[in-house]
Amino acid sequence: MSAVTLLFFAGLREAVGSSREALELPSAVTTVGALRAHLVTRGGVWAEHFALARNLRAAVNQDMAAADAPVRAGDEVAFFPPVTGG
Amino acid sequence: MPVRVQTEDFDLTHEVAALRAAQGVRAAKIGAIATFTGTVRDLNEVDGKAVGVSQMTLEHYPGMTERALEKIVAAAKARWDIFDALVIHRVGDLMPLDQIVLVATVGAHRGEAFAACEFIMDYLKTEAPFWKKEATPDGARWVDARSADDTAAARWGDVGEANNRQSRGLKPAPTKDSGS
Repeated sequence: MSAVTLLFFAGLREAVGSSREALELPSAVTTVGALRAHLVTRGGVWAEHFALARNLRAAVNQDMAAADAPVRAGDEVAFFPPVTGG
Repeated sequence: MPVRVQTEDFDLTHEVAALRAAQGVRAAKIGAIATFTGTVRDLNEVDGKAVGVSQMTLEHYPGMTERALEKIVAAAKARWDIFDALVIHRVGDLMPLDQIVLVATVGAHRGEAFAACEFIMDYLKTEAPFWKKEATPDGARWVDARSADDTAAARWGDVGEANNRQSRGLKPAPTKDSGS
């Protein structure tokens, strides 16, 4: 088993039309940045919204994570726009 | 360090009283209570133009939100000499004039209480996973993150407390003997 749970929030959730999915991790995908690049290869809205030019943030297991943060089987990985609370 | 994410409104007087009472015997050592309340405005600025806002929806990341707020409060308590802090953030549908967020800090002296309160708000703005969607005459729009918020959080940076106080024009940390 090398599945991760992907979560999407706010404008990103609306853009990709999904809030959650289970993804079988390709063996080459070991970081947040690689996972993002992998999602870009889906094309369409994925390519558009996960493009590096987009200001996206990520969290791994509910902690903010940089692009070089490791991603492992069983992790919960969330992508979302910069936060706007308060 | 109470942290709450809720749809319901909150009452400042009640929350402060509860926070003070929660300090137990130390309640009598409190000399300063600093609070910040954020409220919904009926306008926002989009590309430099004022846009009317008739309603707001706050989305969040259940689980991570509480975790992020707890980390921010823990960082504030590690950095400032306060007894405790409270953060309440509302989610769901809100209207102009509604309260959104409450941060309260209690400590012996005002300098630490004020600073910790502001620190918590600045980090909440950039680190806690909340997103605002506004209803405007042109339709619903997700609020863009403001670079001013990043700047506000960054100024607390990695600098030592003394440097930080200096750069913000604050007086040195109050000593134990000074009043609040």
